Amino acid sequence: MSSGDTLVEVKDLKVEFDVREGIIKAVDGLSLTVKRGRTLGVIGESGCGKSMTARAILNMVPKPGKITGGEILYYRQVGGNGKPLITDVINITKLDPDGELIRQIRGGEIGMIFQEPMSSLTPVYTAGTHINEAVTLHRLIPIRKVGDQLVETIQAHRKVSKQEAREIAIEMLRKVGIPKPEQRVDAYPHQLSGGQRQRVMIAVALSCEPKMLIADEPTTALDVSIEAQILDLMRELQETVDMAIMFITHNLGVIAEMAEEIVVMYMGKQVEQASAVELFYEPQHPYTRALLQSIPHVGKKSRQRLASIAGMVPDPFHLPPGCVFHPRCSSFMPGKCDVIVPGWKQIGPNHWVRCLLYEEV
Amino acid sequence: MAQATTKGASETKKQVSQSYWSLVWWKFKKNKTAVVGGIILIVFYLCFVGLAEFLAPYSLERRSNYTEAPPQIIRFIDAQGKFHLRPFVYGLEKHIDQETRKRTFKEDPSRVYPIYFFVRREPYKLFGLFPTDIHLFGVDESDPAASIFIMGTDSNGRDYFSRILYGGRLSLMIGLLGQFLTLLLGCVLGVISGYYGGATDMFVQRTTEFLNAFPDIPLFMALAAAIPKHWSPVTVYFMLTIILAFVRWGGLARQVRGLILSLREREYVLAARSAGASDARLMFRHLLPGTMSHVIVIATLSIPGMILSETALSWLGLGLRPPLTSWGVLLQEAGTVYAIRYAPWLLWTIPFLLITILAYNMLGDGLRDAMDPYGGR
Repeated sequence: MSSGDTLVEVKDLKVEFDVREGIIKAVDGLSLTVKRGRTLGVIGESGCGKSMTARAILNMVPKPGKITGGEILYYRQVGGNGKPLITDVINITKLDPDGELIRQIRGGEIGMIFQEPMSSLTPVYTAGTHINEAVTLHRLIPIRKVGDQLVETIQAHRKVSKQEAREIAIEMLRKVGIPKPEQRVDAYPHQLSGGQRQRVMIAVALSCEPKMLIADEPTTALDVSIEAQILDLMRELQETVDMAIMFITHNLGVIAEMAEEIVVMYMGKQVEQASAVELFYEPQHPYTRALLQSIPHVGKKSRQRLASIAGMVPDPFHLPPGCVFHPRCSSFMPGKCDVIVPGWKQIGPNHWVRCLLYEEV
Repeated sequence: MAQATTKGASETKKQVSQSYWSLVWWKFKKNKTAVVGGIILIVFYLCFVGLAEFLAPYSLERRSNYTEAPPQIIRFIDAQGKFHLRPFVYGLEKHIDQETRKRTFKEDPSRVYPIYFFVRREPYKLFGLFPTDIHLFGVDESDPAASIFIMGTDSNGRDYFSRILYGGRLSLMIGLLGQFLTLLLGCVLGVISGYYGGATDMFVQRTTEFLNAFPDIPLFMALAAAIPKHWSPVTVYFMLTIILAFVRWGGLARQVRGLILSLREREYVLAARSAGASDARLMFRHLLPGTMSHVIVIATLSIPGMILSETALSWLGLGLRPPLTSWGVLLQEAGTVYAIRYAPWLLWTIPFLLITILAYNMLGDGLRDAMDPYGGR
């Protein structure tokens, strides 16, 4: 893999929350690579640090959380159109969280879609205003943003009329498959359905043609038919604009459909990483196996109970020694798993796992 | 058939979902008390702020020989019991009380002054723009003794009705202006305090507590005493507005902060941030509009407090001073036992003040009910 392929590289990322009861390690030594135009899936239980990783990539870790270690490198390509491509390497963790550069990257180069389409749009602005805002913020360096004259700022940058700015918004809405975009552009969030709102969110995220889209459980709040539509839409758009996607979910069905490569996380650590096919057919880590077994299957005997992972997610303040998964593990080896911290081991050409089963100790 | 289709089409077109403000308006309209309050306020602001010169028969400082004259009642039926279509007033006649040697005035039914409408009198500028000299009503001034004081005169012989009209302008405007400044201060500081939290929040909140804990009147007195005496009345007026706003922003800032504390956790803030919005943009473009319905209600309900503060201060002699005339200044003249005993018409200011404050409260209550999405009835 050449470095020109790499878009975002997370190296040994640590995100910690310093709260009164102690320190929570939300993300503990995570490393992953997002390649241009490819889809990376991140799965894991609630609270395993998936969303925190996504937020860290945009340097938006909420207080009192802090990035305490590691680095996130963003390979920004400058040039093109005949000029030679120069790759700037930006370490996102070192940027001022409210600075000019990170604000350009947020939305402009790395877009993000959230879980809750119901509440991700500001209730007082129309769909068109949202799209125009995103566009405005990222066309060159904004000059002065004066009050409500969003449309006028676009004019300053791109020499487009008010009518044209509106047309951009309509075009974006049409792209994401909203019916009657000419009317919907003036609709307020409460006038749109959940699926439509999520589409508007996607339109906002895509309006600046980002190099990467972080989709943080984008379909959790939607029903299955809309979920399928949204996923189709994301794939379609990915093909047309050659955008990388980091797809975060706890829905294994969705990730099987979307991702080319999958990272499995547990308690802030990645426990297994493989291509989608390999992970689903030959899961190696006991946690991944357990996760896959807990998917309900159509056609199983109805009397059979659905498999679930034994035990509970451990208390973040009192993490078990050794492998954090050992109290719930079906292949628990006494004397080993509760003592030794497993390392990150490559077991195939594109398959890594963090488990003592694959280490000679 | 064709007709039916067109009808159907026009019906679907009409089916636009209601915006928040049209829902508020719809609910507000149903509350008769609030509508009455609103109408009263519109009429008052129009009369006192816009049309005071036109409605007042005399100018603010015009003195007559009739000092402390009682109100001249507008009559239609004369002493002989004859009905006149054109209303008239009786002339005033001087009496001297033999015991107290006090001059008083009484209506003299033998002198009848018909009231004329749209008369040309002292020139003025309507809305400060259009020079004109038409007043709503007046009496024929070719007779120098003719006068019309429908609410009597003060100790300088000035028409009290005209003075109430002019005084209302300052009193009503100080409420609005002061509230505007309060809004500005309260919203900006409240949003900053709620959004950043931590030390900023601590500082802003302790400041508001300090201002709230301070007894109002002594603080006003201290601040008002700091206004140099040689400043022009207009400057004093603006200073007073600023002082009122400065003391009162705390409550609003706290409410805004509370709302922002809950709003900032909403996903759309995160979404806007992830789209590259700066802190300032998040605060004032995404968060502040969410508090507006609340802020409008608080503002409406606290304007009366503003007006009363001005009145109280001026009454104490700390606020506006003559030649500026506000309702507080007028009340100061009425605030003696002598005035109440011998010139009770000087208390005419009070009903105007009361009605204004009642109207604001009625409007504010109505707005609160209308803007509360959970207040089902």
